[in-house]
Amino acid sequence: MRTRRKKWLYALLFYVCCTFIAVLWMIPFLVAMFTAFKTIDEVFMLRNFWAPPRTWTLENFKIAWKEGKMSRYFVNTLWVTSISVSGTLFLSSLAAFALSWYDFKMKKPILMIFVAGMLIPFQMLLIPVYKFSVVTGLYDTLTGVILFHIAFQLGFCTFFLRNFMITIPSSLFDAARIDGAGAFTIYVKIIMPLMKPAVAALAILEFTWIWNDYLWSLILLQSDIKKTVTIGLTTFQGQWISSWNIIAAGSLLVASVPVVVFLLFQSYFIKGLTFGGIKG
Amino acid sequence: MRKITPYLFLIVPLAMYIVWVLLPIFQTVIVSFTRWDGMTKMRFVGFQNYVQLFRDRYFVLSFTNNLKWMVGFVLLSIPLGLLFALLMDQRFPGHRVYKTLVYLPMALSFVVIGQIWSWILEPTGGIVNTFLRWMGLSNLARSWLSDPKVVTYSLIWAALWRQIPYAMVLFLAGLQNVNRERVEAAMVDGANAFQRFWYIILPELRPAMVVAVTVNIIDSLRAFDIVYVMTRGGPYYSSSVMANYMYIQAFHNYRMGYGAAIAVIQFLITLVFILTYVLNVMRREEREI
Repeated sequence: MRTRRKKWLYALLFYVCCTFIAVLWMIPFLVAMFTAFKTIDEVFMLRNFWAPPRTWTLENFKIAWKEGKMSRYFVNTLWVTSISVSGTLFLSSLAAFALSWYDFKMKKPILMIFVAGMLIPFQMLLIPVYKFSVVTGLYDTLTGVILFHIAFQLGFCTFFLRNFMITIPSSLFDAARIDGAGAFTIYVKIIMPLMKPAVAALAILEFTWIWNDYLWSLILLQSDIKKTVTIGLTTFQGQWISSWNIIAAGSLLVASVPVVVFLLFQSYFIKGLTFGGIKG
Repeated sequence: MRKITPYLFLIVPLAMYIVWVLLPIFQTVIVSFTRWDGMTKMRFVGFQNYVQLFRDRYFVLSFTNNLKWMVGFVLLSIPLGLLFALLMDQRFPGHRVYKTLVYLPMALSFVVIGQIWSWILEPTGGIVNTFLRWMGLSNLARSWLSDPKVVTYSLIWAALWRQIPYAMVLFLAGLQNVNRERVEAAMVDGANAFQRFWYIILPELRPAMVVAVTVNIIDSLRAFDIVYVMTRGGPYYSSSVMANYMYIQAFHNYRMGYGAAIAVIQFLITLVFILTYVLNVMRREEREI
């Protein structure tokens, strides 16, 4: 009897605390949501960003999408993100394959370099990468941004995939080798099919990180038609200085894609974060 | 033939990594010993940039602000992340929904986070000041983003919205490895909730704790986007951090050599923690082999 009451009390405590935290954590989203659906008059006259709109309007989203050129920024970002994610996943799986199944002199140093590189402050790379892009003509091209993302994300992805690959029993690898299969065949036919869950988790993480990138687009892109969503959003601030309803609508548009991806693939996202054990 | 196979797999990824990550690190070190506007010829000046840095009060200010970020992250995101993890690890029905809601900021770009928080902290109609006034604490209401005394704390606060859930994820993963039988045995022996946490759960969380603290410190030293988007480091550099000061010096003032020197200092400080992390990983590696 007493323990049952105790359990009931525990549950109550759990729900009260969790609800409190969840509400607290949702307030910023609500503020953005309310602002995005308000008319400009209401934003200016009342200046209460926490209150729900009196008249709800979708106009802000239309303006952000068309006049704010969000549509264009979306296309650019989708292109950058999808190519970068596929490229880095493919190349890092090659590297991880070599670092998991072979013993060679440089193995440890190479692995260490990949692990250390993923934690480097970006400021350490800004000047040379910028200069390199200018010299090679990659400056102000989406290709330049894509190549950088692929190269930089290799560190984390290789580390991540290798961690997963070494859990595959080596008997599979040895058996295939005895049967006379070449290294690339083993990679394609034996190892990669087993890597699907790891690749999926990694793809989700990388997708959100690259979609949300700000600094590298800021450094490597210049012309308006090449901007990615995050840079596009900051130009909103210049264009509609105090039309916060439109900026809010733009923010929600930018956030919508990674949020939907996150909600659909949450377990992959979280597994990826914990399995990689780092980065954010 | 066998011997070169791994290198064939590695050649493209490694080449790209060298061009865009490894070489730039060395180049930045070289640039830091020069005076250079990015276009005309570089001039070698030895340690001049570094000497100047230590006399530059805005750099010192940026560095101090980084320390505030570090303390803020370690003292707030670690305990709160742990607390949230312990709470939501009680698997009452619905715990997944709560987790999802708290995790959500992790999916957002810092640009969006910065934007949203600038409305929350807005002095006249923002929810924070409105709430304070409603509580009768109007003397606590301030211009969170333009008062040099509080601006850095406001930015840290905004960053914690995303950082705490991240620490929580790391701790939740750590909690999965805690031996439930030992916890239950302690319960039978009459240990109360706090004793169970302090003597059994916490020691087993050590690996997760090391990772969470290291990551938080590294993140605090890397902070850039949120500062740049919300205040650009202002007013008068009062919220500047090293990353932001470096960007402004190198790409607004075209002082590439000086910017590179800032980057090198930032890198050297971070390196201590990067090495801690790498050694940690490598030790785990050795145990596996």
